[in-house]
Amino acid sequence: MSPAARFFRWVKDHLVLVLGLLVLVYMFVPIAVVVLMSFNDPGKSKNVYAFRSFTWNNWLHPCHSAGMCHAVGVSVGIGVLATAAATAIGTMAAFGLVRHEFAGRSIANTVIFLPMASPEIVMGSSLLALFIAAHQGGHLGVWTIFIAHVMFCLSFVVVTVKARLSGLDDNLEQAAMDLYANERETFWRITFPLVLPGILGAALLSFSLSFDDFIITNLNAGQTTTFPMFVYGAAQRGVPMQVNVVGTVMFLIAITVVLGNTIYNRIQTKALATR
Amino acid sequence: MSQGSSEGSRSLHLSQLTKEFANFTAVKSLDLDVPHGSFFALLGPSGCGKTTTLRMVAGLETPTSGTIRIGDTDITYAKPYQRPVNTVFQSYALFPHLDIYENVAFGLRRRRSSEVHRQVNDMLALVELTSQARKKPAQLSGGQQQRVALARALINRPDVLLLDEPLGALDLKLRRAMQLELKRIQTEVGLTFIHVTHDQEEAMTMADTIAVMNAGVIEQMGAPNDLYENPKTTFVANFLGQSNLIAGKVLGPDGDFAKVNMHGVTVSIPTSRAHASGSDGWIGIRPEKVLIAGVGEEIDAPGNHLDGGIVTDVSFVGVSTQYMVRMPWGQELQVFEQNTGRRRLFAKGETVDLSWRPEYAFLLDASQDVNAGIEED
Amino acid sequence: MARSGKRRYTAYWLLAPGAIWLVLFFVVPFYSLVATSLYDPNGSVLSGYKVTYHFSNYWHALKSYHPELLRSLWYAGLATLVCLVVGYVLAYAIAFKAGKWRNLLLVLVIAPFFTSFLLRTLSWKLILSDHGFVVSTLQNVHILSHDGRLLNTWFAVVAGIVYNFLPFMVLPLYASLEKVDGRLIEAAGDLYANPFRAFFKVTWPLSLPGVVAGTLLTFIPAAGDYINAQLLGGPGQTMVGNKIENLFTTSQDYPDAGALSMILMILIIGMVMVYIRTSGTEDLV
Repeated sequence: MSPAARFFRWVKDHLVLVLGLLVLVYMFVPIAVVVLMSFNDPGKSKNVYAFRSFTWNNWLHPCHSAGMCHAVGVSVGIGVLATAAATAIGTMAAFGLVRHEFAGRSIANTVIFLPMASPEIVMGSSLLALFIAAHQGGHLGVWTIFIAHVMFCLSFVVVTVKARLSGLDDNLEQAAMDLYANERETFWRITFPLVLPGILGAALLSFSLSFDDFIITNLNAGQTTTFPMFVYGAAQRGVPMQVNVVGTVMFLIAITVVLGNTIYNRIQTKALATR
Repeated sequence: MSQGSSEGSRSLHLSQLTKEFANFTAVKSLDLDVPHGSFFALLGPSGCGKTTTLRMVAGLETPTSGTIRIGDTDITYAKPYQRPVNTVFQSYALFPHLDIYENVAFGLRRRRSSEVHRQVNDMLALVELTSQARKKPAQLSGGQQQRVALARALINRPDVLLLDEPLGALDLKLRRAMQLELKRIQTEVGLTFIHVTHDQEEAMTMADTIAVMNAGVIEQMGAPNDLYENPKTTFVANFLGQSNLIAGKVLGPDGDFAKVNMHGVTVSIPTSRAHASGSDGWIGIRPEKVLIAGVGEEIDAPGNHLDGGIVTDVSFVGVSTQYMVRMPWGQELQVFEQNTGRRRLFAKGETVDLSWRPEYAFLLDASQDVNAGIEED
Repeated sequence: MARSGKRRYTAYWLLAPGAIWLVLFFVVPFYSLVATSLYDPNGSVLSGYKVTYHFSNYWHALKSYHPELLRSLWYAGLATLVCLVVGYVLAYAIAFKAGKWRNLLLVLVIAPFFTSFLLRTLSWKLILSDHGFVVSTLQNVHILSHDGRLLNTWFAVVAGIVYNFLPFMVLPLYASLEKVDGRLIEAAGDLYANPFRAFFKVTWPLSLPGVVAGTLLTFIPAAGDYINAQLLGGPGQTMVGNKIENLFTTSQDYPDAGALSMILMILIIGMVMVYIRTSGTEDLV
């Protein structure tokens, strides 16, 4: 068989896989562009949608673009606060929903599900309608953004932690109690460590949702500018190349955290298996 | 004497123990005394209340009424971590995020025990897992996990060790090996083991006392061979091995025997094995105790002799041959004959005589369900 | 009994913060939105508004903005369909063909999600730009006329929506495909000579819960999205989200904005309910 024929045969056998990989490539094209453009020097050109020449400048002076670093700071700050609040409140709610029978549980489940199924524009505008009705229309800012972010992150936290928690064998906690661990020790030595990956996953998800949100934030931000709002505003005039540096860094952090975790687990399993 | 009392102070006593759930009663007014150092089996079909009883002793279920004591200490409402009782769970419930060593050390660490390291190593050696100490539970085989679960409970030297169908998840061969292993360890450490199971063979192999449970009550309790040879209820007769139960009318006592009319044939049953209160009863005989012979051939069984049986089914199972024999009154009796090689096989349709030695038969109360305990297992 | 009573109490304590937050900032705002949509349209930010049950706000909003409404539903529907086809291929490949690379590929599906939504959309603006590689290639092979463009067309907007919401389709699809026993598919391959028949008789029905969840998770946010229309489309591609945002922030015409928001919500809920009914997976939600 000729190499070409062999190649086509392989493609035919692996058609679905090849198509799937093409879809993945498609998903990464824009990210490659972001990374590439972070090294672009647009010079005096107004056209920020073409690569002109290579430079390290965007990486060396990310804050050169007026207002961007401040916007990133605002987004990180709100992201951290909203993540902390949503993760804490959502984790508690998940424990309540999974571990306890009580009247109104199905209503609670529905209310938690709804924000995930509502269009952002509707959630954002209704929150704004509330702030206006409460005569807070003039006081929109960091705190109203924080309120909105905690609200839409909550559902994701509850769902993520709940999934982890209901996958937990309750025999484990009974076994711990049977082995002389009181309620507190059982929680901190067994339940919490076993649910922790779910909680961390929920926190990571919350932070990225909060950091990335534009639609709801834009409606409730007043004069405050978050990073997505900065990008959106700049897009009308011509985006500074430094935003691509931020995009690349975000991507790298996410990939490091997620892949790092996967690799760490794999190495640990392997090391133990061969011992 | 002092020896006796210290032993007695660690034995388990359940009295009038009852557990009611929303729509049914799992355990009904149970009384049970388990002496220290015994290997005790709670045997019964699923749903009979044995696991609920075990969980109440462990403290994982709160009794509706009644008391649980160890020696003189009432532990009925004590928290699970406050009682000198440990459990080997059916699913093992090993902590997946801790390695084998830490799983075994868990109980000692919670009680701030000294010499954790030496004790854990000794225990791992006892269950032959020393080389696996730093692995996670998921990396062990089922049998190894089972031994970790056992070690994790045993290391605390509880007054009572509870085993909830601990061998249920293992395959047959491993199960046999673990049965002997458990028995060896129990003899070595000398603790009270309470073993819950629905497998009658497992219970008989391991336990020195078996309590047969059915529908929330203990039907009968005793040594395995007593239960098997002298069942007091139809449930025990059917659940523990197999029995032929034949309707009969009690004629009256004759010395150490009771005379019973069984479809026109008078059979005798030792009074110590007669448990019928009225004039009717079920005559019970184990299939392997029934002897079979061609018409007119001599059978070694003075007393109870039946003729006119017709072989309706023959199954040769190697170690024995199992016959179904239809009797003149229409009932089919089971007969197991050892394949000693000295006897010929009977063919389907052949007319045969049956007999059994009177001392092997037993008599049960006619009010009991003749099919109780049959479908299970 | 006292014990279980105490435990029930615990549940409420655990749920209280989350419940209060969601009621205050999700349920109550929705009520405000309803109220806003019924304001007297003659009020203003300065003079204040009154709820006068002006249902004519709805009529007015419908009359003024029905092209944007219809366009939103049409774009979202089309994008959902494309997402379903593309996402199914990817989810299928990961579930059945990826072998030990499964987890890695899943991570890669989620990874773009962690890079700014806006930046990724802006990337598409660059890729599809008038003098870019894609447009000039298409012009050279005469798929596009020599002055044809992609940017500021419905194609760019739908492509952007497809791209941005693809993970929402792939993940539920993968979750339900993963549960399908690979041996079942092999058995189907033996049973039906035609692999397409085998697929539609076995794999597709088993993956239906994922299909329903994925299409909902894609369609709902897509219908309310306006970033793709804003960045990739032109004035002819305005979606209802653009209008709502505009009415709230720029023109501050709250009654119209509220009514338009409500109409979008009602339309989506209606379509979702019909969809769930007909797909026969009511137990899903």
